[in-house]
Amino acid sequence: MPSVPPDDAPALHVEKLDVTYGRALSALRSVSLDVPHGAVVALLGANGAGKTTLLRAVSGTLRLHRGAITAGGVRYGDTVLDGRDPVTAVRAGVVQVPEGRRVFAGLTVDENLRAGGLGLNRRAPAQVREARDRVLALFPRLGERTRQAAGLLSGGEQQMLAIGRALMAAPRLLLLDEPSLGLAPMMVDRIAEVVREINAGGTAVLLVEQNAGMALSLAERAHVLEVGEVRLSGDAAELARTDAVRRLYLGETADGAGGLDGRGAA
Amino acid sequence: MSGFLDNLLNGLAVGSVYALIALGFVTIFKASGVLNFAHGSLLLLGGYLVAVLHDDLGFAGALAVAVLVTAAVAGLLDRLVLQRTGGSDPHAAHVQTIVTIGVDIVLVTDLARRIGGDLLPLGDPWGDAVTDLGPVTVADSRVAAILVSAAAIGGAFALFRFTSWGLSLRAAAEDAEAAALMGVRLNRVRTAAWCLAGGLAALAAVFLVAFPAPGLERTTGQIALKAFPAAILGGMASPVGALVGSMLIGLTEAFVAGYQSDLHVLGEGFGDVAPYAVMVLVLLVRPAGLFAAKGTARV
Repeated sequence: MPSVPPDDAPALHVEKLDVTYGRALSALRSVSLDVPHGAVVALLGANGAGKTTLLRAVSGTLRLHRGAITAGGVRYGDTVLDGRDPVTAVRAGVVQVPEGRRVFAGLTVDENLRAGGLGLNRRAPAQVREARDRVLALFPRLGERTRQAAGLLSGGEQQMLAIGRALMAAPRLLLLDEPSLGLAPMMVDRIAEVVREINAGGTAVLLVEQNAGMALSLAERAHVLEVGEVRLSGDAAELARTDAVRRLYLGETADGAGGLDGRGAA
Repeated sequence: MSGFLDNLLNGLAVGSVYALIALGFVTIFKASGVLNFAHGSLLLLGGYLVAVLHDDLGFAGALAVAVLVTAAVAGLLDRLVLQRTGGSDPHAAHVQTIVTIGVDIVLVTDLARRIGGDLLPLGDPWGDAVTDLGPVTVADSRVAAILVSAAAIGGAFALFRFTSWGLSLRAAAEDAEAAALMGVRLNRVRTAAWCLAGGLAALAAVFLVAFPAPGLERTTGQIALKAFPAAILGGMASPVGALVGSMLIGLTEAFVAGYQSDLHVLGEGFGDVAPYAVMVLVLLVRPAGLFAAKGTARV
């Protein structure tokens, strides 16, 4: 949309995306969604609905899973992201926090943070320090443990580190894959708070969650994926009121799961 | 007593040369998951280049060219051959390991043809000179081996610890996908690791061939086989482990050779077997090696 002023144009534009794994397994079919500048957009869906696949298509890591985009496209601003390597996405300002945290367990907290900036072109040490200071201001707990191996942190702290590591690349769009997964309810609240703070700083967030209550409370817009297709799209607050979402994502299943692993809907 | 010190110094010298080989081997494994069976032939290539170039370029010039060319050959081998085999197959690293065996055969065959039955001198400045260090007499070439290896290994560790490449390498070895998400270019990081390993192998060749060894022969590359147990008993993906393992192997070899006459019950040539015997003993006690990464298996 070249005629639209840049502020109104969606920052992330996913159009009619088809993704296939191993040439046979269709994971996404004609999925379209936009994330405007500075917005929080939630992506809901059950296991295997294709949420992570969508993030991989944006961040350029499909190839590592033998997946490929077979139709459609992904753009961030003017940068084409589909079929490109992850460096392209990082340099365009799109950074993904992978599901399951995936911190570098044997590296120190400090090294993990430094690793977050590896994708950017040579940056002045002052810029790196500034980014690091901002991350440590957001996560003071990490500041107390900079020399500790990341593998020794608690689950919540590792999630903080995974987010902090991504923030080191100064993203304009953060892709968060199940940040509340496996965390205690109190930590889930803290993550929600962090997402709000990051967004308040002007960074857009695409939030993939099974914890629909949390995601819908944070997001302006939401999309529901079901077996590789977008089933519902709309205003997050409105979606939270629809019968289908209440029954499927906010209903008894969420409560039942919540008792066991702390992922209950807020 | 002086016999003991002699053996100790010899062991450290030999161990530090093994360390150059094992460190490269481990770096390659860490970066690409490949066991580089072509390591010995890369070493032989480095030695051969010094042998044929030192008349024209002088020893230092020939060594510099040999290190650079061997590094480039290792890098090209990774980029043009290995990275194109195996594809996205989850066992790609295994396929590539087998490919290195083929590459080794090709390289060794060609180099052996060029070297023939000769013993090629490398024109190193140490010759057969010796230095008296108090109670022990030690070959200058061995002192040089210890000093140069220490410098090269120190440099390599500084690269691992303080550079972006080193951080990329360590991050990618822990979790390749997470590193890719940070924008680490996995292919470049691993090619650079191959280059480093190739350069270290060429450097090692010089000291393997220097006095008291007679010169470069076509079988020189096989000495790399002794650095393999050093890498394995160190923990395969651990540079520190490779270092400690190499010293252990070097010392074992030197002491077994030094006390050969007392060990005759073990038969002649036990020195050749000793590295593997040590490896098996260490692995019986610590199955994953001395410095194995916690809870992760690379292959």
